[in-house]
Amino acid sequence: MRVKFHKNLDELKERLLVMAGLAEQAVQRSIEAYRTRDLSLCDLVFQSEPAINRFEREVDQMALDLLAMEQPMAVDLRFLYAVLRINADLERVGDQAVNIAARVQEMTAQASAELPVDIPKLANLSSAMVRKSLQSLIEANSEMAHSVLAMDDEVDAMNSDAFHAITELVQRKPDLAPQALNALIIARNLERVGDHATNIAEDVIFWVEGADVRHSSDSRSEKRDVEETS
Amino acid sequence: MGVGIEVVDLNAWYGVTHTLKDITLNIPPNSATALIGPSGCGKSTFVRCLNRMHETNPAARATGTVKVGDRDIYRDASPVEIRRRIGMVFQRPNPFPTMSIYDNVASGLKLNGFRNRKVLDEVVERSLKQSALWEEVKDDLKKKSGASLSGGQQQRLCIARALAVDPEVLLMDEPASALDPVSTSKIEDLIFNLKNEYTIVIVTHNMQQAARVAENTGFFLMGQLVEFTSTNVIFTKPKDKRTEDYITGRFG
Ligand SMILES: Nc1ncnc2c1ncn2[C@@H]1O[C@H](COP(=O)(O)OP(=O)(O)O)[C@@H](O)[C@H]1O
Ligand SMILES: [Mg+2]
Repeated sequence: MRVKFHKNLDELKERLLVMAGLAEQAVQRSIEAYRTRDLSLCDLVFQSEPAINRFEREVDQMALDLLAMEQPMAVDLRFLYAVLRINADLERVGDQAVNIAARVQEMTAQASAELPVDIPKLANLSSAMVRKSLQSLIEANSEMAHSVLAMDDEVDAMNSDAFHAITELVQRKPDLAPQALNALIIARNLERVGDHATNIAEDVIFWVEGADVRHSSDSRSEKRDVEETS
Repeated sequence: MGVGIEVVDLNAWYGVTHTLKDITLNIPPNSATALIGPSGCGKSTFVRCLNRMHETNPAARATGTVKVGDRDIYRDASPVEIRRRIGMVFQRPNPFPTMSIYDNVASGLKLNGFRNRKVLDEVVERSLKQSALWEEVKDDLKKKSGASLSGGQQQRLCIARALAVDPEVLLMDEPASALDPVSTSKIEDLIFNLKNEYTIVIVTHNMQQAARVAENTGFFLMGQLVEFTSTNVIFTKPKDKRTEDYITGRFG
């Protein structure tokens, strides 16, 4: 029995979940800042970034150490591989929160306007994806992870609706372009948050089932790949 | 050239102890196949059934079919012939201690009646080169005894001795478990090179070793072959929960 090793794996998972909590909270705060235009929330988001980055390095190091020292096999190897990938996705969720907060800062300096994009609704959906993907990680529940993949299509659809509505608005009322484009960028940031949640869910599925569900024939995965490099 | 090994419904006993139960598998030619599993699960018994060494124990018995190439070794061949075609290397290097290095390697051929000096010289040189020992011993072939070599060298000497009779299959029962890491990696490199010409079956307790050297891996548990598949599948995504528990150390 490799008691110490398996205890270390549990610790690693806990560490990753603490980091996940920070990243999730940063997204929540950035959206709350959008809703309330409360700049102190933006500051909190900016302040959390170094901590998230620190966690990322720490989790990477822990995982690499275990790979080197314990030569994990099978489900343990898949777990460590998944942790390394999820770690990177969580760090980028944190980056998206920072991007959103920066947009909100700009928007508070601009005249407020009625915009044809429901950011809070989009935020709810992509946050729910993150939460569910993390819950599937906590429970090693690949069925739950599969349900996250299904949610991504809705986020994509909302984002694409926002694009058309904003394009149309900007043509009609060019003076609203600055606010409208900021909102569009935030919608896009939230869509990326959903993409990261999708990645996390795929990694959970790989860990639990040993199945690689990335780049399966559905359009979601293919599209994501293109966006990843943009 | 190596040949494939086809095992069908192999059962083995020591007295009333049923040691191997209905083992069926195909070992492909010119590849390394690793056998893993906890102590006492029957790995050694299995490889000893592949060259009819099992039956040298008076209390031992085996049933079933083992085909090496197209020959059924229990029906179409004598034990002596089988042991020539199927070489074996053990955990503890067992060179003939007082014999010279040369005579150790040539012993199998001499036993089979070869006397031609020139042929023997050639075979000894070829075998020692194949086992990556030649450079270290070429100047002392007849001066030094088998026992004067280090443990790792002795093991490569035993491999040379097994190769000298030109077998088709090489069975290795934990060949590196008594060796230091450097000697171990020499043995592993050797396995990599020998695969071109021989079919190799290696029992190992070291799972990383199995992962490094073998194309296919079989997991034995309590006399049964639980899973036999390509090595990368066994070590990344085994099908059977018992295999996973064993290789991840959640066993027992
Ligand atoms: N010479 C023998 N006499 C009686 N029982 C034996 C003998 N050799 C092995 N066994 C028994 O057969 C079983 C399988 O042993 P073995 O093939 O040596 O396992 P492994 O190589 O996997 O450790 C064990 O239960 C062992 O006690
Ligand atoms: Mg044994």
